[in-house]
Amino acid sequence: MNIGVVVFPGSNCDHDCQHVLKDVLGQAVTMVWHKESSLAGLDAVILPGGFSYGDYLRTGAIARFSPVMQAVKRFSVEGGLVLGICNGFQILLEAGLLPGAMLPNRSLHFVCRETYVKVENAATPFTNRCKSGQVLKIPVAHADGNYYTDPVTLAGLQANAQVVFRYCTPDGNVIPEACPNGSLDNVAGIRNADGNVLGLMPHPERCAEGMLGNEDGRAIFQSMMAAWEGKTLAEVR
Amino acid sequence: MKAKIHVTLKQGILDPQGKAIEHALDSLGFKHAANVRVGKYMELDLNENDKAKAEAQVKSMCEKLLANTIIEEYRYELSA
Repeated sequence: MNIGVVVFPGSNCDHDCQHVLKDVLGQAVTMVWHKESSLAGLDAVILPGGFSYGDYLRTGAIARFSPVMQAVKRFSVEGGLVLGICNGFQILLEAGLLPGAMLPNRSLHFVCRETYVKVENAATPFTNRCKSGQVLKIPVAHADGNYYTDPVTLAGLQANAQVVFRYCTPDGNVIPEACPNGSLDNVAGIRNADGNVLGLMPHPERCAEGMLGNEDGRAIFQSMMAAWEGKTLAEVR
Repeated sequence: MKAKIHVTLKQGILDPQGKAIEHALDSLGFKHAANVRVGKYMELDLNENDKAKAEAQVKSMCEKLLANTIIEEYRYELSA
């Protein structure tokens, strides 16, 4: 599988993603500079975490106009797998590839710690290697992860099983106290209606190898590989 | 023309910064300060003398980039 990792000015988790995909999981990785206008030859694309354009104006607001984002849009329309992690999620929201927006964390603090997320939908190309209801321990590191959308859109996300991850306690209780940022309905990650675009705030690339003491994040990348090997998205959606 | 643009969170969306400032004002004795909202102020020059055209440009800028209309609202003033 050949996976593209987009590099924006200010991305800082791009090499972590590359390391996990290449060194831990043995996949081919292509670093894609944000000025590129083609994603030809790639089987999936990751928008990594970081502080693209210094988070100026709003997180992701300027990165969404990078030339590569037109290509990412086309790639997603054609059914390609797109994963946005943290700042990558914020960019997908600003670009309109996922619904909603990020507000500053309710605490106003940058939150950097382990969180627990519940897999609410295990029938996606990003979670097919997880069990429904499984709890993953994955760290967050963000100041703007307070997911917001209007009540009608939220109801639609819930009805279509588009809320893929929700913050929870270590034993899987989805309660407000387990939410690090104030997100509506404890939303940690959502997918689009077609199921091939996922955004999440936690960083699976930071916990994908045993040496680091936590491998929970690996399942997300392995799910993408399984989905790609299965070829037809319909089977894993 | 010059445009002065204000972007704030929509009414009804929690503004944690505004709340923190409100509490600080309260503790300083400003007991009647309420509904503090924090926003962004931007000003820019437009090479355009026609007010209607300038307004259309500013509106387009706000909708496309300067405000995220899912969570924010904007207002602007134009002057010569």
